[in-house]
Amino acid sequence: MSGLLMRSLDRYAVAFFVLLAAVAILVPLANLTLPAGHPLHVSTYAVALVGKYLCYALLALSVDLIWGYVGILSLGHGAFFALGGYAMGMYLMRQIGTRGVYGHPELPDFMVFLDWKELPWFWHGFDQFWFAMIMVVVVPGLLAFVFGWFAFRSRVTGVYLSIITQALTFALMLAFFRNNMGFGGNNGLTDFKDILGFNLQAGTTRAGLFIASAIALGLGFLICRMLVRSRIGQVLIAIRDAESRTRFLGYRVEAYKVFVFTLSAAMAGVAGALYVPQVGIINPSEFAPANSIEVVIWVAVGGRGTLFGPVIGAVLVNYAKTYFTGALPDAWLFALGGLFVFVTLFLPQGIVGAVRQGWGKVSRRKRSGDEPAKPASQAAE
Amino acid sequence: MTSTGISRLFPAVLAVIILALASVAPVAAAEADLAPLVQEFSNRKYDPKVEAIEKLGASGDMRAVAILKALGNRDLYTMKSGDRVVLARETADGMAISDPVTGEDLGTVPEKALQKIRLNNRMRRTISAAIGTLTLMSPDAAIRGDAAESIFLSRDDDDLEVLDAALAKETDPDVKLLMEQARAAIVLENGSPDEDLIAAIAVVKSRGDRDALSVLTGLANGEGPVAEAAKEAVTGIENRLELWGAAQNVFYGLSLGSVLLLAAIGLAITFGVMGVINMAHGEMIMIGAYVTFMVQELIRTSAPWLFDYSLFIALPLAFLIAGLIGMAIEHGVIRFLYGRPLETLLATWGISLILQQAVRTIFGPTNREVGTPDWMSGFFKLGELTLTYNRVYILFFSFAVLALLMLVMRYTAFGLQMRAVTQNRPMAGSMGIRTGWVDKLTFGLGSGIAGIAGVALSQIDNVSPNLGQSYIIDSFMVVVFGGVGNLWGTLVGAMTLGVANKFLEPYAGAVLAKIFVLVFIILFIQKRPRGLFALKGRAVEQ
Repeated sequence: MSGLLMRSLDRYAVAFFVLLAAVAILVPLANLTLPAGHPLHVSTYAVALVGKYLCYALLALSVDLIWGYVGILSLGHGAFFALGGYAMGMYLMRQIGTRGVYGHPELPDFMVFLDWKELPWFWHGFDQFWFAMIMVVVVPGLLAFVFGWFAFRSRVTGVYLSIITQALTFALMLAFFRNNMGFGGNNGLTDFKDILGFNLQAGTTRAGLFIASAIALGLGFLICRMLVRSRIGQVLIAIRDAESRTRFLGYRVEAYKVFVFTLSAAMAGVAGALYVPQVGIINPSEFAPANSIEVVIWVAVGGRGTLFGPVIGAVLVNYAKTYFTGALPDAWLFALGGLFVFVTLFLPQGIVGAVRQGWGKVSRRKRSGDEPAKPASQAAE
Repeated sequence: MTSTGISRLFPAVLAVIILALASVAPVAAAEADLAPLVQEFSNRKYDPKVEAIEKLGASGDMRAVAILKALGNRDLYTMKSGDRVVLARETADGMAISDPVTGEDLGTVPEKALQKIRLNNRMRRTISAAIGTLTLMSPDAAIRGDAAESIFLSRDDDDLEVLDAALAKETDPDVKLLMEQARAAIVLENGSPDEDLIAAIAVVKSRGDRDALSVLTGLANGEGPVAEAAKEAVTGIENRLELWGAAQNVFYGLSLGSVLLLAAIGLAITFGVMGVINMAHGEMIMIGAYVTFMVQELIRTSAPWLFDYSLFIALPLAFLIAGLIGMAIEHGVIRFLYGRPLETLLATWGISLILQQAVRTIFGPTNREVGTPDWMSGFFKLGELTLTYNRVYILFFSFAVLALLMLVMRYTAFGLQMRAVTQNRPMAGSMGIRTGWVDKLTFGLGSGIAGIAGVALSQIDNVSPNLGQSYIIDSFMVVVFGGVGNLWGTLVGAMTLGVANKFLEPYAGAVLAKIFVLVFIILFIQKRPRGLFALKGRAVEQ
């Protein structure tokens, strides 16, 4: 195990961790200690924003794990993200207590508004932090396990799987929009007050959440890295490149796929759980199929199958989104749409892949000027 | 009962029919007869008025019905100067008066110049009977039927005598049945010996619609043999109505299915035949809808008389424009991505975002108004079914498009080449088929059909930049459910999903029904990963 850990920590990974640790320490520090006028001061808004990016990066990482290494393109990972978010949101709702508009000791405001008399069964236990945290991992994980078990066992692959994952998140979105589902309907869950007794609006709490997000991203990265460098990882890549051949060699392809799919969903759930307290709201639009496809483009931009790439892609694309929606709101969808086309056509390996290729060219001076090989004769997938 | 009898007796529908008929009745001959009778209403005494009403009733002139109705509604007045009887209607300036017989406009006078013609109960009864006689004895069977129908609805005791007289003379079996039902309803409403009631219940039951139900439910609450019979009849009618309700649901389901079919046919070509995932398919539908909008705008400003044909102009245009955009997309993006379906999916998603935003920038984010031509608006009744014309036309249109497409695939050179390229690309190429060109045309065909779908859908959905988004997932579900590469599968898939959705809706609500259907498809795909009508053979294993 320790050997695997050492193998996973090559110099790039170490560089990644150093960078992440620097961000995790310096950003909150600059926010809390420096006065507002100081040139290096980071505003609370920016802390929340970067914290959000970190959650997105973790989500992108979870998509990269299954798309980049097993070849499963999930268009429904936003669903796992949102489920984790809802689990966290339910805990936060229960923490409001009597401070809601209606001041009901047990029921959240929207239930009082709907004239419900008692807490639905699935809300029990969410007043305990530990229980909510278990649910953050278990609910998306369980859904992914059941879904994956059915889908992979009957060998639903390729675009079929993509389309039914999209249908899955679409169905969940419709379900969560319903008021009588007991998750706040259209408005979702919001007006959170505090987490573990700390006020959510306080700078220190936000700094804490920021650091927690960074740690979660670091841990997620480490887990993925160890996984793909292990023997299991080798099998996963084999499945991606030649599924039937791997099956004929005697590996139980379905089991591997279900395992990774579940792990990935749990990671997405954690990302969602960290996202919700920093943004302050969770509502059914998080389930929108468009969101899930956007995650895929983060991964594609950064470079799939690299683990660094998705993190870079998530931060870059979301920074661009923040910038565009502020400065040129009409242009954002043009830019995003163009990005989809550009990356698939001209940057199939993403930024990290392109850099690696460029690096390879520089280090092997002799071979120069050869075009990146087009997939010449590909057996139809 | 009696005082309100007249106003309840003849609904507006009947009046319209009668007025329409009155306008074609022989004018010159009858005019001479009616005018002096009408003038009798200026008399202050009641007896001459009653006599005049009876004579009008006996005249057999359809215009008398409208006059009597006006009298019953107290719309007839006498002029204070000269005692002329006029029909008056309140307007902003005073009372607009006209001749009750000829309808000739006599200008506007202040209210004070008119004196309302008084009625008493005897006159009201006479009016009712006279109108009954006029309509129930009319030579036109349709008018007699309508009269019987409105008596069934009003169930007025006063009409019984006239009705019996009409019944004795009636020869048309359909009208006779209506009259018997009306008579039975009066009997039920106004009490009779038990055996008459039970017989009447049987007659009313034979109608079997909601009106019959409302006649009978009152009786079914009591005790005794009459109530028993009524209860049985009510259950019988309710069962029958439930059947019709199910038939109505089937129609709604087929209608939804036809919408899904229209949206999915194009996809069945691009996804099913070419294996290209086109996430921008919904946007092609949207473009078709916007083409319709633009065609209608042009027609409104420059050639309003063409409006009824706007859809026929929009159809080929939408096909061409969406098809050309599709070919451009194929040429610019998709042909570089063949064999990489997941990348194609992402790239076309990007294109869909660009197209949406482009339309939003040009036409604005709000819904645009697309008009419905006259021949597509309104509804008709088939038994107890209410069918709206636009849905019926779209149903047939979707079948026509599918049939046309199948013919193209089967009997044209292009269809043959298309199938050849699908089955074995290298072999088709070596036989001299320009595979790249066939790909382009196929993609254009799929997109063009989406454009046509957009024209149809603009009639029943909001035309907004998000139009396509709402169809894309559903259309994929249809194609995947029906089986890829099989147009019959698309048809069966669309209709099954449509009907299933509409049958679940009453029990689960619209949203939950949709969720159930999605979950069902997700489970179904596990069982049959290649859809209902899977292609057999080695191609499947690729």
